[in-house]
Amino acid sequence: MAENPMPQNAMPQNVMPLWEVFIRSRTGMAHRHAGSVHAPDAEMALQAARDTYTRRGEGLSLWVVPSAAIIASDPADKAEFFEPTAEKIYRHPTFYEIPPEVGHM
Amino acid sequence: MTTITLAEPPRVLHALRLADTTLVLGHRLSEWTGQAPMLEEELALANMGLDLIGQARALYTHAAALDGQGRTEDDLAYFRDAPQYRNLLLAEQPNGDFAQTMLRQFLYAAFALPFWNAMAASADAVLAAIAAKAEKEMAYHQRHSAAWVVRLGDGTAESHARLRAALDALWPFTGEMFEVDEAERGLIAQGIAIDPAALRPAWEASIARVFAEATLPLPAAGRWMQSGGHHGRHGEHLGHLLAVMQSLPRAYPDARW
Amino acid sequence: MYTQALNQRDAAPAATPEDAAALARFQARIDADERIEPNDWMPAAYRRTLVRQISQHAHSEIIGMQPEGNWITRAPSLRRKAALLAKVQDEGGHGLYLYAAAETLGVSREELSAQLLSGAAKYSSIFNYPTLSWADIGAIGWLVDGAAIMNQIPLCRCSYGPYARAMIRVCKEESFHQRQGYELMLALSRGTAEQKAMAQDALNRWWWPCLMMFGPPDSESQHSDQSMRWGIKRFSNDALRQKFVDATVPQGHFLGLSFPDPALRYDAEAGHWRFGAIDWAEFRRVLAGDGPCNRQRLETRRRAEAEGAWVREAALAHAAKRRARAATPPLAAE
Repeated sequence: MAENPMPQNAMPQNVMPLWEVFIRSRTGMAHRHAGSVHAPDAEMALQAARDTYTRRGEGLSLWVVPSAAIIASDPADKAEFFEPTAEKIYRHPTFYEIPPEVGHM
Repeated sequence: MTTITLAEPPRVLHALRLADTTLVLGHRLSEWTGQAPMLEEELALANMGLDLIGQARALYTHAAALDGQGRTEDDLAYFRDAPQYRNLLLAEQPNGDFAQTMLRQFLYAAFALPFWNAMAASADAVLAAIAAKAEKEMAYHQRHSAAWVVRLGDGTAESHARLRAALDALWPFTGEMFEVDEAERGLIAQGIAIDPAALRPAWEASIARVFAEATLPLPAAGRWMQSGGHHGRHGEHLGHLLAVMQSLPRAYPDARW
Repeated sequence: MYTQALNQRDAAPAATPEDAAALARFQARIDADERIEPNDWMPAAYRRTLVRQISQHAHSEIIGMQPEGNWITRAPSLRRKAALLAKVQDEGGHGLYLYAAAETLGVSREELSAQLLSGAAKYSSIFNYPTLSWADIGAIGWLVDGAAIMNQIPLCRCSYGPYARAMIRVCKEESFHQRQGYELMLALSRGTAEQKAMAQDALNRWWWPCLMMFGPPDSESQHSDQSMRWGIKRFSNDALRQKFVDATVPQGHFLGLSFPDPALRYDAEAGHWRFGAIDWAEFRRVLAGDGPCNRQRLETRRRAEAEGAWVREAALAHAAKRRARAATPPLAAE
């Protein structure tokens, strides 16, 4: 999966490649990760994704991406990647005080 | 309920031919359950089977309405014997290996796609509605089965040999799709049915395009073609298929399920 | 449940002392109800337990296609045929989602499949019983899927993210399975005398194996403690079993059917249906390989896998040809 720690190029040639499936739902949201499929090539991966993940009207658009093409952040980098934003409260509207008489802003 | 034989005025016969073909082919695909070469294909085969069974249900319901004797879709599917079945012989051919199943699906879908496309303009509003839905389904069947024909044809020496053997087995059953008899000629004149002979160029073009990509030689023109399915003259396989499919309702004719 | 054999002890070596701090941090995350994701640090035993549990679950879905698949070609109406084909297809899909979840832990589907085919991996004992009549399709949907749902709903909150997400999708899709089975049983129990007898016979044969699906009694299931601490398991085998019996017995009575348990009685004080002793010797025997259909189920799976090999090889060979063609520039036009 996107989540798969196994590097694709370490797989033997006779293994059916893994693809990540993203679906855009009817509601017009961005494509969202739905799961994965095994398929020999991109065209078959798209069909497998259709046959597996859209049987109940789940989507109107599909992406498939080779799992090996996804570059994931390292959980060990969590502190430096994500924690420094916590104190930057001035990025949020509630940081600024506006008198109530001004009304909604 | 015992075995039934319908009076078959042309419109009933026409609807039965379409219903029987879709049911028999859908049933064949359902026989793959648990046997597919990979899990993803398990789902694809079931999707195609469900499309065809869905088409059959609508077509039987329509045939029963045209028949006007108060019969149901299940009466028509479960209580007619093989000689009363009007399906294309291609549909009843056994699954064989995956090459044979996919080639059978492709040969049929490449016909059914332009067929339903033309039927969407039928003067029979019910058939036109069924056709509009079936056309979309068959477009996907053609896409998926063609993708496999290409991969098997231009895959390994073994897959190529298996696909050629499948082609040899199935080709004689393709001519029947384009036949027209007196019963249908009248319906074509009324705009209810379409002339399948007119679909042959589109079908041949699909076959030629996909076979070229699959490195599969086109069978020589003018080869002998088998027919009879539309008139109830079947091969040996259909009787077994129906014996299995109809076993419960035949054993308990008074039961509702 | 679908992962009954988990009740074996994990034979791996205990954690080395230097892992203690990491283990404590890991446990704290679980206790805070955080989800563990594939690249996160996790104890080796947690990874092994999950691989085993998720793959057993996946194998059960795949083997579980066989008993019901046995009746697809004989479904007695077109409506039932479509419903059954769609249901068995869902099971294939669930196997697919679950294998994918297991793959995030660093094992391939090919490896997992090889473990199933060699007999090294287990799957739920329930699928080693035969489907002898059409009513068995109803009984499986009503009872087997009913029991599965009891187990699967808590798994939607499992500590391992990919497993929990797969289970959410599975539970959403499963919701029609049990209703499909119960509606089928209802039609039979309101049908002819022969149909009623068929329904009763199916309940008689499937009831006890269904109760075994929840695994051995808590008193014999030490492995559960660790799984509970890790948030892989949320309720004990006995608790889920009781919940299933309480929900199912009134449904059976509504059908006008009787349960094959003379000890079955309602304990009004506790608000529970009390049931008789389960034959655990049978359970252990079937799980170990000696059930009515164990050999048949594995043989069918092995045959499908072997017969599909040339198709998979062809697809990969074609993909390799395409890559090679794309890498080679076409000859210049004259």
